[in-house]
Amino acid sequence: MPVGKIAGQPVWQHRTPRARLALWAGWLGLVALFVYCWQVMTETTIWAFVHDAPAQAVDIGSRMLPPRWGYIEKLLLPLWDTLNMATLGTLLGVILAVPVAFLAARNTTPSVMLLRPIALFIIVSSRSINSLIWALLLVAIIGPGLLAGIVAIGLRSIGFIGKLLYEAIEEIDVSQVEAVTATGASRGQIMDYAIVPQILPAFCGITVFRWDINIRESAILGLVGAGGLGLQLQASLNVLAWPQVTMIFLVILGTVVVSEWVSAKVRQAIT
Amino acid sequence: MTSAANTASLPRRHWKRPPLLIKSPLLRWIIYGGALVYLVLAVGTVEVNWSRVYEGLERGWRFIQGFLVPDFTSRWRDISVGLVESLTMTVTSTVVGILISVPIGIGAARNLAPAWIYLVCRAIIAVSRSFQEVIIAILLVAMFGFGPFAGFLTLSFATIGFLSKLLAEDIEDIDETQAEAIRATGAGWWQLVNYAIQPQVMPRLIGLSLYRLDINFRESAVIGIVGAGGIGATLNTSIDRYEYDSAGAIMLIIIGIVMVSEYSSSHIRKWVQ
Repeated sequence: MPVGKIAGQPVWQHRTPRARLALWAGWLGLVALFVYCWQVMTETTIWAFVHDAPAQAVDIGSRMLPPRWGYIEKLLLPLWDTLNMATLGTLLGVILAVPVAFLAARNTTPSVMLLRPIALFIIVSSRSINSLIWALLLVAIIGPGLLAGIVAIGLRSIGFIGKLLYEAIEEIDVSQVEAVTATGASRGQIMDYAIVPQILPAFCGITVFRWDINIRESAILGLVGAGGLGLQLQASLNVLAWPQVTMIFLVILGTVVVSEWVSAKVRQAIT
Repeated sequence: MTSAANTASLPRRHWKRPPLLIKSPLLRWIIYGGALVYLVLAVGTVEVNWSRVYEGLERGWRFIQGFLVPDFTSRWRDISVGLVESLTMTVTSTVVGILISVPIGIGAARNLAPAWIYLVCRAIIAVSRSFQEVIIAILLVAMFGFGPFAGFLTLSFATIGFLSKLLAEDIEDIDETQAEAIRATGAGWWQLVNYAIQPQVMPRLIGLSLYRLDINFRESAVIGIVGAGGIGATLNTSIDRYEYDSAGAIMLIIIGIVMVSEYSSSHIRKWVQ
């Protein structure tokens, strides 16, 4: 216990002098890093634009209001597309993610040395690349449209579902697996009767959670040409039709709120 | 002998596996049927231009080749500029975001703040969380002009919603007895926060901050697509130019940085706790 002295009397202190020094050095380093990064980042900033920003904000705000309510008729079909993109993309992601998760989980993988690292790399790369970037690539490869969006959402979902699912598989109760193994069950039967029932609630929760995130993401994928609400957003931004932009934002906001509510309810019911 | 006769007279029974998730059979069939109808409808509305997809396969193959044999050198100038912008944007926005979100997080904790402050802070969090980064970036780029400054503001704004919410929940979950003990010494509000709350939430706050640093880097790669600077702008350009080997290199760099930061942040988190 570190003890300091004040006026000759021993006094309790929280940290040793060395720890205090290290803490100060750490904070100083952090502040220095921040200042340095700030300098580098703002090197090319045109401050005139920044000073002008409040005026711009007021200007854009005045153009955005009121939203063009009638525009909603043209948004219903893109909204349906967006929902389909999210749902079908989630489905594709699930189909691809389940085998990857079983390969990545330490207790179900057929080979720890070879297949597990590959599965983990697939999960990490899918997680680090945002779906907008996947969509950017896929639009260039398979052309603009819903399919690119669906595949982009699917590829992005592999990492999320795969990671959470393989963690759930690794945390299963081993005694149930042993009990089923003791009856002389084959590998497939062990999977079916011992492992799947244990991870099924987690799996459904993860899928619904990802579906909710995917709805958010699919709403903007159209910005790079993958269909849905984002396509309308891009078109409206290009012609500076701010009242339409506001309307699209409201529709996106409404969809996100509803899907979040649905997903919370479903997850509550399952777990 | 009687027992054997008893067993023989009983009708043979088979064990039937109970349903896994949905107990009621009616509800199960309704859900399955609804899902099937939806699937047919949804797949029906997806229009696919198969000849275009077929044409694109060759490009897809070139992209995979570019990913396997990435080209770091020929566009290195653009890549390094984008990377520096992304990294500095990430650090500054995370720091500023944390500085703003700590007071908001404290204000949004029901056990610390009076009702009206609580409502204001929760409203700020809700606004910040309900819009994706890209949408915020579009608006801020329109106001502040192109470049990393708009990106910095976007990421800071997004950090506030994320961090304040989790911090507030953490403060609401603290061990009340410690706060009670500090209150019993006659401590004021600041002393309560400093001696009872802060030591309990600090490890988690550090963990969340590192996690957010990670997210901010990943997001910084995205908001460049709408003009907010960073590596995303470089990636967008290279895909527009069909330079898939450079695009592959950029994506590998992003994956590498995310892997390193995830690995080191999990270590730091273990060390802090």
